[in-house]
Amino acid sequence: MKLIDIKECSKVYKNGVTGLANLDLEINKGEFVFIIGQTASGKSTLIKLLYREEKPTKGKVIVGGIDVAKLRNSKIYKLRRKLGVVFQDFKLLPKLTVYENVAFGLETLGLKSNDIRPKVMKALEHVGLKDKVRSFPDQLSGGEQQRVCIARAIVNNPKLLICDEPTGNLDPDTSKEIMDVIDNINKELGTTVVMATHDKDIVNRMKKRVVTIENGIKVSDKMKGSYKVHESN
Amino acid sequence: MKAIRILNRSIRDAFKSVFRNFSLSIASITCIAITLVLVAVSLVLSANVNQFTKDIENELSIVVYLKSDVDESKRTDIENSIKDMSSYQSLVLKSKDEWKKEMQESLGELNTILDDMEENPLLDSILVKVKNVNDLKATTKAISELDGVESASYGKDSVDQMIGIFKIVEKAGIVIVIALVLVTSFLISNTIKLTIYSRRHEIEIMRLVGTSNSAIKLPFEFEGLFLGIIGSIIPILLSIYGYIIAYDYFDGYIFSHMIQLVNPSQLLLTIAITLVIVGGLVGMLGSWHAVRKYLKI
Repeated sequence: MKLIDIKECSKVYKNGVTGLANLDLEINKGEFVFIIGQTASGKSTLIKLLYREEKPTKGKVIVGGIDVAKLRNSKIYKLRRKLGVVFQDFKLLPKLTVYENVAFGLETLGLKSNDIRPKVMKALEHVGLKDKVRSFPDQLSGGEQQRVCIARAIVNNPKLLICDEPTGNLDPDTSKEIMDVIDNINKELGTTVVMATHDKDIVNRMKKRVVTIENGIKVSDKMKGSYKVHESN
Repeated sequence: MKAIRILNRSIRDAFKSVFRNFSLSIASITCIAITLVLVAVSLVLSANVNQFTKDIENELSIVVYLKSDVDESKRTDIENSIKDMSSYQSLVLKSKDEWKKEMQESLGELNTILDDMEENPLLDSILVKVKNVNDLKATTKAISELDGVESASYGKDSVDQMIGIFKIVEKAGIVIVIALVLVTSFLISNTIKLTIYSRRHEIEIMRLVGTSNSAIKLPFEFEGLFLGIIGSIIPILLSIYGYIIAYDYFDGYIFSHMIQLVNPSQLLLTIAITLVIVGGLVGMLGSWHAVRKYLKI
């Protein structure tokens, strides 16, 4: 069953730069997909279209049944409640504890605090940070901070987890740990994962579906793929 | 229930934020307080100018002198004609004997001249007040055309000029208050933009996790409201104590008994309520305007 359906999608920025050109991509529920490509290849544009940070110039982008191109700014929240996003730079609030950072989103959605607690604890358990609930982000290592970010992204049981270079700031060992956490979420919770990365080791080791983008064009889409950006032409 | 929880959370967060971003809050509050002091001063001035204008307007009357041959029935006819006029408010008769007595009292040594005259050379008169000072001119003209009326006058040029000046002062007061409110909301909007800028990551994360725009805006709007209300406290205290001290110092009057100051109890409650409302609203509008920028609305 399709969770993401992108058809003939193009994105041209106001300065004339082409982000994506005529991209077709289908991703089913429960899949784990790497989006790879060099810097400025268009993979970040694709990721941004999925959580409607950008709008396509042409074509269709349907995520979880929502037509992203037609989504008004004031209705973006409807899409975002169905997905979780993890970034390279974590985006944690430094003045809030680990617990508060993860609970933050649920509180702004108006959930009861009795309902929030079990959800937050479950999410923290998934990322292995149950014993750090009262720590502040600056008391945590980079890997731990990224785990908090992942916990925040999955706390509301999203159908889709979007990761934009989640290991970009981490050393290889920590990157492996983070990838294990994300892989577990995909396997145990059935959450679809779309991850943009240019970490060769991770892509080659995990043997997942790999979509390669170069100059805004999809140049390959392989089921147990590996990182071969330059050879894919 | 969900809406109530979001509202509760917004109020709690707004309150926290006022203290958490204390230095920026102080900047906003100071900015609101300074401009509201100016608003308070112009409100006090315009209220007093208004009162003074009304007092003067109430004192303005048309003096109608009747011809010496007008008898009592004729005078009643003239009175009735004046009462039928649409602008008529009230009238008082003043006989020539009353005029004589009044003149004798004020003229001092000259009163012997009036005593020496066998017949009173003065004329009977009617003092007419109109509902609206703008009708003075037309009413005076209409009365002077009545049969049996020797003359009717109201001070013409000087009164016209005074009324003109009061109107300008009144309008200028309104313009100044509106301009100050606009300037205040602009300043508050900019100060709150600084607060919001320092919290842009928070807004970004709220947007990412699917918080609706209205739920994101709400805490900031409450924060603006709180800052506005807190900012109005000092101007309110200043205007209450300042005005009461000034009122007592002048004993309620400026320039002998010509200008009576507005009673503090009537005025200050209105000013306090106005300042709280203006402060709160302007703070809220400023926040609303500032947060929009970060929501791409």
